[in-house]
Amino acid sequence: MIKVEGLTKRYGRTVAVNNISFEVEKGQVVGFLGPNGAGKTTTMRVLTCFLPPTAGTASLAGYDVLEQPLEVKRRIGYLPETPPLYPEMEVGEYLTFVGRLKGVSRSDIARRVDEVEGLCAIGDMRDKLIGRLSKGYRQRVGLAQAIIHNPDVLILDEPTAGLDPKQIIETRELIKDLAKAGAHTIILSTHILPEVEQTCERVIIINKGEVVATDTVENLTHRLRGSESVAVEVESRDGKLDSAAAQRRLEQVAGVSRVVLKQSSDQRAAFEVESLQKAAIRGDLARAVVESGWNLNELRPLSLSLEEIFLELTGPPPMPSEASK
Amino acid sequence: MKNTWLIYRKELRSYFTSPIAYTIMALYALIFGLAFYIVLERFQQYASQAQMRGFPMSINEMIVAQVLGFMNQVGVFLIPMICMRLFAEEKRSGTIELLMTSPVRDIEVILGKWLAALALYAIILAVSAVNLTFLFTYGKPDWKPILVSYLGLLLQGGCLLAIGTFLSSLTRNQIIACVAGLCVSLVLFLLELFTAFKSGVVWKALGYISVVGHYEPFTKGVLDSKDVIFFLTATFFGLFLTARATESLRWRA
Repeated sequence: MIKVEGLTKRYGRTVAVNNISFEVEKGQVVGFLGPNGAGKTTTMRVLTCFLPPTAGTASLAGYDVLEQPLEVKRRIGYLPETPPLYPEMEVGEYLTFVGRLKGVSRSDIARRVDEVEGLCAIGDMRDKLIGRLSKGYRQRVGLAQAIIHNPDVLILDEPTAGLDPKQIIETRELIKDLAKAGAHTIILSTHILPEVEQTCERVIIINKGEVVATDTVENLTHRLRGSESVAVEVESRDGKLDSAAAQRRLEQVAGVSRVVLKQSSDQRAAFEVESLQKAAIRGDLARAVVESGWNLNELRPLSLSLEEIFLELTGPPPMPSEASK
Repeated sequence: MKNTWLIYRKELRSYFTSPIAYTIMALYALIFGLAFYIVLERFQQYASQAQMRGFPMSINEMIVAQVLGFMNQVGVFLIPMICMRLFAEEKRSGTIELLMTSPVRDIEVILGKWLAALALYAIILAVSAVNLTFLFTYGKPDWKPILVSYLGLLLQGGCLLAIGTFLSSLTRNQIIACVAGLCVSLVLFLLELFTAFKSGVVWKALGYISVVGHYEPFTKGVLDSKDVIFFLTATFFGLFLTARATESLRWRA
């Protein structure tokens, strides 16, 4: 659906985005992750035909952003970081204006406005001036504006920035709902990691204008760790548990490289089991424990949190002396 | 052209939801009323003298042409206020991103905005034209020169609005757009004033580009294609520059 190849964008001498390439399949929800100033907004602006690329190409549904911008724009819904709202307009009036501008026909516009007002839960606000709305409602109107023409691709630049926790959850739910409908390919940028974990299937991590990783959230965790770690808690069915015996039993499972005893009591023992590269061991572990006559209290894959991945990929923050250069 | 119409409607509405339109309209009407009153009073004095000497008096020349000629100069300084917000405000609030990522051509946006400003100017002119209806009640002015004068006002207004729209597209600050517009107006105004006393090719050329000077024939009811073409060309030039400026906005941003 979206194809970006060798995209570079320079502002004068500063390179905002340097030779990045990625692809997004139809119907995918992709998180664009990176610290502030990494080039997320710039990339989005190129995709929405707001800015032309300095070098490289970007295309959407086969239409190039430079060659056929009108075709691209017809298929894109875009929510910039600050929602593009006219404070002097009423919500309904604004949505009608944007809808018509985006190519919704006169006969469909009233129905579409109703629909997106329902989706974004802003029906009560229809006759209110946008300038009088709270930040949360403005964000929703911004989102409603982006989906009014039912675009193939939805590009959301930090859709939850500046919202309170309740509004953040609501906005994420809304994005998930849109994704579930399946008709939209969604790219959202954020520097908040849990947001990506919760809403996206794939992550593109970008730092200092370059893509440092692009993968699914699980794969990314897996790849970085190289092996899988599993927390296992074993409990004896009656009386005492021989934790040393349990450890030995676990070590015998095929694919296990290391077993560390974390905690033990008379009845229970908790282990952290590491697998060899790419080995799937959870099923075998479970069987081994149960067949030995113990209870399996817990079997939980230990994933590297996205936070750790992110820090690992984007490297330590620059030293003060470097930053001042 | 559907998009131009959409932008036009939105702009015109937003003029009337903010105090700008009303303020300018009131100011213009007030100045018009005062000028009309003063000119009318002077006309009465002359009229009583002229009647004794038997000179013919022309309402068109002595009232309408005077008032509209003066109002045209006032308009030069009010027009920057009409168009200062057109692009500057969109750039400041970020809504420009909406317009430029919508399936709309730049020129459609520019035309829509310019037409809305022109419509507002036309409304302002229409409101103040009420004054002139008194002349028809008490005298017999020729309506054709009046119509031509108003056409001239609109043509010159359109041209200055195009320049103002261009200036507005250069900045994200309305005040800067307005001040720049006023500077341009002042230069044009002074150019006309100074070149009136000078001869020579350079001065003539300068006098020619001073927009204001091209209005005078209209007040006499003369519809000269030379002046009409000048205004239309200047308008086109202003809108063309705006188009270039919006385009460069994408490349610089």
